Amino acid sequence: MDELNSGDLSQLQHRHLLGLASYSADEIRLILDTAKEFRDVLERPIKRVPTLRGITVCNLFFEPSTRTRLSFELAEKRLSADIVNFSEKGSSVSKGETLKDTALNIEAMKVDMVVVRHSSPGVPHFLTRCTKAQIINAGDGGHAHPTQALLDLYTLRECFPSVRGLKVSIIGDIAHSRVARSNILGLRKLGAEVTICAPRTLMPYNAASLGVRVTHHLDEALQDCDVAMALRLQLERQQASLIPSVREYHTRYGIKAEHLRRFPSFLVMHPGPINRGVELESEVVDHERSIILHQVTNGIAVRMAVLYLLTASADRVMRARP
Amino acid sequence: MQDWLIRGGTLLDPHSGAKRRADIVVEHGRIAAIGENLSVKTPGIQCYDAHNRLISPGWMDMHVHLREPGFEHKETIASGCRAAAFGGFTAVACQPNTMPPTDSSEVVQAIMKRAAGLPVDVHPIACVSKKREGLELAPLFELAESGAVAFSDDGSPVHNGHLMRRALEYASTLDRVIVNHLEDQTMGTKGHMNEGAVSTRLGIRPVPALSEESMLARDLLLTELTGAYLHVPHISTAASVALVRSAKSKGMNVTTEVCTHHFALTDAAVEESGFSTATKMHPPLRTEADVEAIKRGLQDGTIDAICTDHAPHAAFEKDVEFTEAPFGIIGLETAWGLTGRYIIAEGFLSTAEAIFKLCVAPRQIFRIPVPVIRVGAPANLTIFDAETKWTFEAGHIHSKSSNTPFVGTQLVGRAWAIYNNGQMVTNA
Repeated sequence: MDELNSGDLSQLQHRHLLGLASYSADEIRLILDTAKEFRDVLERPIKRVPTLRGITVCNLFFEPSTRTRLSFELAEKRLSADIVNFSEKGSSVSKGETLKDTALNIEAMKVDMVVVRHSSPGVPHFLTRCTKAQIINAGDGGHAHPTQALLDLYTLRECFPSVRGLKVSIIGDIAHSRVARSNILGLRKLGAEVTICAPRTLMPYNAASLGVRVTHHLDEALQDCDVAMALRLQLERQQASLIPSVREYHTRYGIKAEHLRRFPSFLVMHPGPINRGVELESEVVDHERSIILHQVTNGIAVRMAVLYLLTASADRVMRARP
Repeated sequence: MQDWLIRGGTLLDPHSGAKRRADIVVEHGRIAAIGENLSVKTPGIQCYDAHNRLISPGWMDMHVHLREPGFEHKETIASGCRAAAFGGFTAVACQPNTMPPTDSSEVVQAIMKRAAGLPVDVHPIACVSKKREGLELAPLFELAESGAVAFSDDGSPVHNGHLMRRALEYASTLDRVIVNHLEDQTMGTKGHMNEGAVSTRLGIRPVPALSEESMLARDLLLTELTGAYLHVPHISTAASVALVRSAKSKGMNVTTEVCTHHFALTDAAVEESGFSTATKMHPPLRTEADVEAIKRGLQDGTIDAICTDHAPHAAFEKDVEFTEAPFGIIGLETAWGLTGRYIIAEGFLSTAEAIFKLCVAPRQIFRIPVPVIRVGAPANLTIFDAETKWTFEAGHIHSKSSNTPFVGTQLVGRAWAIYNNGQMVTNA
């Protein structure tokens, strides 16, 4: 599982970004290295390059999202792509048009890339079967959120000399978290050691099969870790009998200022949006050891890199045709 | 009615496993002669060359959804029977989750009327409860009188323990089995695939094995209490196989069936296919350990019968998000080739033992006379082999729907023809 191959790679071997499962460590490194170049663009007075001029990207969001959608939109604008946005709430059944028909319509409009967010796992895979456009997964149910994991890896590379050997603890609702799944894949491919921490009711079945250390005690997760990544707790988990109350969750699994004092070295990450006072005590969010806002800035650069590299891989595929 | 000389085949007796070379003459739908090198002068008789092929009494799939009445856009009795004939089946038992549900003698008779004259016998299974709602007992006596061979609320479980007990008691006086679709919905909270390492990786809401096993455990206790007849449909987990094995060892009247996809695939197929809805059914595809237990269960006799749970859905219904897709795949066309590849070729059953589970056991469980190959008997035959390696293709689908994960799969063994109700149906 620990794929530490390091051949020189200048292009992605994939047409789509559906998840990190099929991406090699070298491909991930290529994205992160490319993102570094785009990160510099974001610091310029004119934050725009002509790289994707003439490319049309559709942001297809079936789930409410502010940060990921804005981040993708900004990344697309910085690369001079043409953008169309499509937001639709709910499933295909409730809205009357099937997802396939939506995809076929977008296909008919000659869109080159589709960035998709949907509550159902596997929707990006499904879209690859309905359209010729390149698909980027911006979050599919509990399955994957690869650009979030990539921006988290980028942020770790900024803060530490290497991801290899880093001890990362992911704390929260692992069972329902696409962020956790993608991060576990990405972190392990780059050689980090991952611990996951949650009450048993918020762990997926046989969580250890993900290749991680599993604990149900916050102190064990924070002891000796370099980074603590807290996950958002969906407040409706309480109704599903997965936690007795948000208060009890915060008491046992919320990262608090006293943890920062007791364990003096770990940094705090969070994919957002944060429930202040639930998974993170408010003081922790604003603490100097929190790198949450770096994650946000880096998100744009990483998404620029993904858009750019996937377009390049599509060009190559097109050229290869007779 | 066309008369036939079926020449050069090898008769296989599923009871004894005995084989013998013999020609068969079929006249007016009955077997007129059996013997070596028969020469026949009947005018107009047609010859079927069965060299290198086996001939057994016709097979029966005891678990199919023909969707008629109510869902004719998925399948009709006629199209389902074409798929059955291609698969080598001369009989099917059809499930009662029709619209209206098969909970009255009118619906039972309507199904039988629609099936009359087809080369495949259609045996309706009627509901356990009125409207298939799991609340009040359906008129089981009347339903049996009109031709229902068993009772099931298939598609839904009989959740209510009291109703299950009364159904078992009542049906036992009719000498009929109760079939309970095992799915404790309070355990399997609206899941879409097996709970295991794969669902953990894919983040798909899982169906725990326990939702099948806990209800099976209850049903077995009720069967022991009542001394009634329980048939366990589409058994899919290792613990379920163990529970049935132990019940049988106590001498209880329990039988069980397995669907071909539950020994051909594991939950890995969901991941490998990129979330294809052709890998979504209930019970879901399980793990390697479950598949191994099922094969052992077939081998040691714990599992009595092989079936398909043929569950057609129209393309537009399956061509949706994984979590929105209805459960079920078609299976009649691939049943024998999957049995050949995964059960016979792997040495778990001989050809004759597999045919027993596809021909004799289903009819015994549903109290239907088992066809025999004997002079004077109605000709009810399947002509097949257990060796042909072939790749299943979309063109082989005879069902109205094509929701199968097996297109492109190599199969071993092929059904070549059936003869039943005075009609020969040949494939290729």
